[in-house]
Amino acid sequence: MSWVTAFLGWLAEFFGDGANWTGSDGIPARLLEHLEFSALALALAVLVAVPLGLAIGHTGRGGMLVVVAANLARALPTLGLLVMFVLLLGASSIWPVIIPLVLLAVPPILVNTYEGIKGVDPELRDAAYGMGLRGGQVLGRVLVPVALPLILLGCRLSAIQVVATTTVAAYTGLGGLGRYVIDGFATKDYASVVGGSVLIVLFALFVQAVFALVQRVTVSPGVSRRLNIR
Amino acid sequence: MGDGPPSLWEWFGRNWDTGRADSIRTLLTDHVTMSLVPVVLALVVALPLGLACARWRWLYQPTSGLMNVVYALPSLPVFMLMISVTGLSQTTVIVPLAFYGVAVLIPAVVDGLDSVPDHVRQSAVAMGFTPLRRLLAVELPIAAPVVLAGLRVVAVSSISLVSVGALIGQGGLGGLFTRAYQNPFMPPVIVGIVLVVALALVADGLLVLAQRLLTPWVRARKEAAS
Repeated sequence: MSWVTAFLGWLAEFFGDGANWTGSDGIPARLLEHLEFSALALALAVLVAVPLGLAIGHTGRGGMLVVVAANLARALPTLGLLVMFVLLLGASSIWPVIIPLVLLAVPPILVNTYEGIKGVDPELRDAAYGMGLRGGQVLGRVLVPVALPLILLGCRLSAIQVVATTTVAAYTGLGGLGRYVIDGFATKDYASVVGGSVLIVLFALFVQAVFALVQRVTVSPGVSRRLNIR
Repeated sequence: MGDGPPSLWEWFGRNWDTGRADSIRTLLTDHVTMSLVPVVLALVVALPLGLACARWRWLYQPTSGLMNVVYALPSLPVFMLMISVTGLSQTTVIVPLAFYGVAVLIPAVVDGLDSVPDHVRQSAVAMGFTPLRRLLAVELPIAAPVVLAGLRVVAVSSISLVSVGALIGQGGLGGLFTRAYQNPFMPPVIVGIVLVVALALVADGLLVLAQRLLTPWVRARKEAAS
């Protein structure tokens, strides 16, 4: 298993090098960049997709369109989209890269929010109206809490996608942890490639864990069936 | 080069079959291989694992936890880490994609088997079906629509993910994107995106067709209900 020793050697070289821990291309700075770009893209996607998904799920209009669009979006090659936007808009700011990130992050949130709201037990909805709640109150106090696990699932899937695509976007000049991988590969600096890859994998797992925690905290115990009500 | 840059169609025609390794035709065949092999591998691996998880329930929780982790791993760093094991070959892209496929298919197999109604299973037992025959003749056919739905997701995402492999020189049609970026030029990008999406739509359509042929009763029941 010679590759194991080589692998460990590269890791030691990358993480052991003090120069990799300071400055604008140091690990803390790159990590922060990766977090910023991912969070920005995800936040914009949530702002677009959640209200739209709620409206479509609540009114029932345009549902087919959402499902078809989400399926089509899965087929779009991320690298192609990134290159297309950079060629179209130039690489003078981060926006030509952030736009495709947002575009790719919208469909999973949209479709899961829509499915979540649509899937709420009609009896529950009727009961809420029967208790005298109005349309907006039914949505806010009953439908959203019940659909929350699915809405959060959509956000988690998008977050996974965004973290991965932010990495690929380093190819088109974006900062973040992808820089180590792309630049290292271009200059045959495998310590940088391996170290950067491990950092990105750890970052992705961290994001995954954060979402598990958010789900645990925000989903009502009655919905997640952590309470046994008989 | 004559006067001005070539149009999309001109560029496509000129580069479709140049006989070199980067002609569109070769890239397309590579792309099909690199996305088809992981889908088949994933199905072959996920079927027995899914069956085991449905049979021994205690296996399912840890397995699906592990699969959630696998699914969360970004493709590019995984490709990069695979290089030290498999080198700069198609295998480096195929193996991770197969893992993503397994992560999606195991829950699909388990959900599919869960969708078999209990009275159907009991009827099969009462009719004297052996467990193996019950699985092959009753349970798997009923599970097929759910498994095929998972397979559609896997096929479409594999086809689009292969292009990321272009960053390590093994990306099929993704090679058009890196070529277009290095030598700023739009036609290859458009051709690449269109071909990848078309490939995904064809694969998806074939799987929908397969589902209709394999499970004719699903449609018959829907028509009877309407």
